[in-house]
Amino acid sequence: MRIHEYQAKALFAKYGIPISASNTVSTVNEAIAAADALGYPVVIKAQIHAGGRGKGGGIQLAANTSEVQEAARRMLGMNLRTPQTGPAGRTVRLLLIEPAANIAQELYLGMTIDRCNRAITVMASSCGGVDIEETASSNPEAILKETVDPFLGLRPFQAFRLAHRLGLPFKTARGVAKSIQSLYRLFCEQDCVLAEINPLAITSEGEPLAIDAKLNLDDSGLFRHPELRELRDLNEEDPLEIEATAANLNYIKLDGNVGCLVNGAGLAMATMDLIKHVGASPANFLDVGGGATSDMIEKGVQILINDPDVRAVFINIFGGILRCDVLAEGVVAAANKLRISVPVIVRLEGTNVDQGRRILNESGLSFLTAADLGEAATMVAKAVGVIS
Amino acid sequence: MSILIGSDTRVLVQGMTGNEGQFHARQMRDYGTQIVAGVTPGKGGQDIDGIPIFDTVSEGVKQTDANASIIFVPPAFSADAILEAADAGIKLIVCLTEGIPVNDMLVVRKHLDSTGVRLVGPNTPGLISPGKCKLGVMAGYIHKPGHIGIISRSGTLTYEVVHQLTSLGIGQSTCVGIGGDPIIGLTFSDLLCMFEADADTHGMILIGEIGGSAEENAARIIAESITKPVVAFIAGQTAPPGRRMGHAGAIVSGGSGTAAAKIEELRSAGVTVAESPAHIGRKMDEILSN
Repeated sequence: MRIHEYQAKALFAKYGIPISASNTVSTVNEAIAAADALGYPVVIKAQIHAGGRGKGGGIQLAANTSEVQEAARRMLGMNLRTPQTGPAGRTVRLLLIEPAANIAQELYLGMTIDRCNRAITVMASSCGGVDIEETASSNPEAILKETVDPFLGLRPFQAFRLAHRLGLPFKTARGVAKSIQSLYRLFCEQDCVLAEINPLAITSEGEPLAIDAKLNLDDSGLFRHPELRELRDLNEEDPLEIEATAANLNYIKLDGNVGCLVNGAGLAMATMDLIKHVGASPANFLDVGGGATSDMIEKGVQILINDPDVRAVFINIFGGILRCDVLAEGVVAAANKLRISVPVIVRLEGTNVDQGRRILNESGLSFLTAADLGEAATMVAKAVGVIS
Repeated sequence: MSILIGSDTRVLVQGMTGNEGQFHARQMRDYGTQIVAGVTPGKGGQDIDGIPIFDTVSEGVKQTDANASIIFVPPAFSADAILEAADAGIKLIVCLTEGIPVNDMLVVRKHLDSTGVRLVGPNTPGLISPGKCKLGVMAGYIHKPGHIGIISRSGTLTYEVVHQLTSLGIGQSTCVGIGGDPIIGLTFSDLLCMFEADADTHGMILIGEIGGSAEENAARIIAESITKPVVAFIAGQTAPPGRRMGHAGAIVSGGSGTAAAKIEELRSAGVTVAESPAHIGRKMDEILSN
């Protein structure tokens, strides 16, 4: 789960990671009042779940009240497009306002689960700022790393060594090491999978200051942190995805026109690949999971039909725990309730497949049934007109 | 022959009195698996269809000589269940649970490294040596005893591949779901080496997906030390970066973990990569007929 910068900074404050005083606002008047109280110059930052905000016009410096007014007016409600939002962009509803810091140097600090080493890896670089992804690919040596032993945790010497290798003077290095350890404690205690401070500024007084804050939480760890669940911002998610989550379905909107409903994440991805392989394009990823009920299937079909981009529906089920007859009942129920005006291609295999096929055949509805994946792919391609 | 499990495997089921544990214990037993014990704290002394239930794994192992365990417990208790089985001397642990916090698994995995215990999963449908032993939730009847080893990060996609093989008359020695999580026990590389050493396995199918670098590591092992033919498929060629595709481990982040990179490395290691999931069985058939 992703959270906003201002939410991450509130957690930073709890763990003693230095941040500026700040305020979040949702109106122009609140923005002016906040900036006046904090003192000028201030930085105004759009709160959306995507990086690269500066490049899209989502971060602005303001020297006085009228500049704040102008910036807040421009940003609130704007559709902010950054390299990470995709072409659709995100609507800005909240702004974070904080005093502009006195920055002498910009560092990068990050932590993530390193799957190769099966450990948390702490990363730091003296090349902080906007283009860390660029640095990571063009000059990987500029990113310094420490691997954390899961039994020992991040040791103080490792945090100091990292800060020292950044070439910082002793007192500053000690301050940065302390921030690294605080971030590590936050990372573990709050079940994060990614934490980044980019940039971690060194002020002209030689003190560290987190200018930005990014935390991604482990969805599987949220049961331990009910208070973190509250930080979810539904505005940042696709409405169809929210509807799917509520029905216990795993749905991701994509930009093609073949809606697909599949059981199992791997088979769902493979089904998308199959669609692409015949020249068509998937409208979504939808995994109904192993234990789907016919109600969940019905809901899934409804979500696909409600997507205006969908021109054909492809249902691909390999019954294991999810039985084909249960699937078929759900599909028939959905088709009877909804007016489905696009072709529906169904491919069933596995547990109770004969019963499932019979339910579809006897429903009196016109499904296209495919015997195997290859035939299904051809039917899908024909349905959306990529082959005739 | 087969790897990891066979007709002499003696299975203890952790969480056997729950709905899933009970259902699948019966299914596995009906397939021919020796289910010798169940464990649920507080239910010791009871039995399910004559299979004794114990309060702790160590008691179950002592009374029944179980040598493998399969775990059906909720995510909050699964890491502890794995450690309990390892502590009781079980050498093969299969953990089906989806949703174990990754921080918990870091500690578990590190501990297992020093014990010689083999963990399959978590977040796996389990494994099966057709005709001998089923240690998982897959439908047994789609499998056929034979000589192809399957290693997969996915569940239903594995069933699809098994079905393609069986329809072509090609049987399987052992099919292992390694799990869809970022931190797992046995990897592609470990299992490729076991299949290489198994005289009864004549070729392997590797079913990978986006995210992580397990497939790239497998490519390195294949180039160095695998002589048997390998067919691979990587799911998620069309997945957008930054979005988690169902499995916690299936995410392309910062340009790493893409299907294209994995396919390229596997090809240069001499692996036959199927581009369409409809052609995986057929590719293996072509290799075996040559």
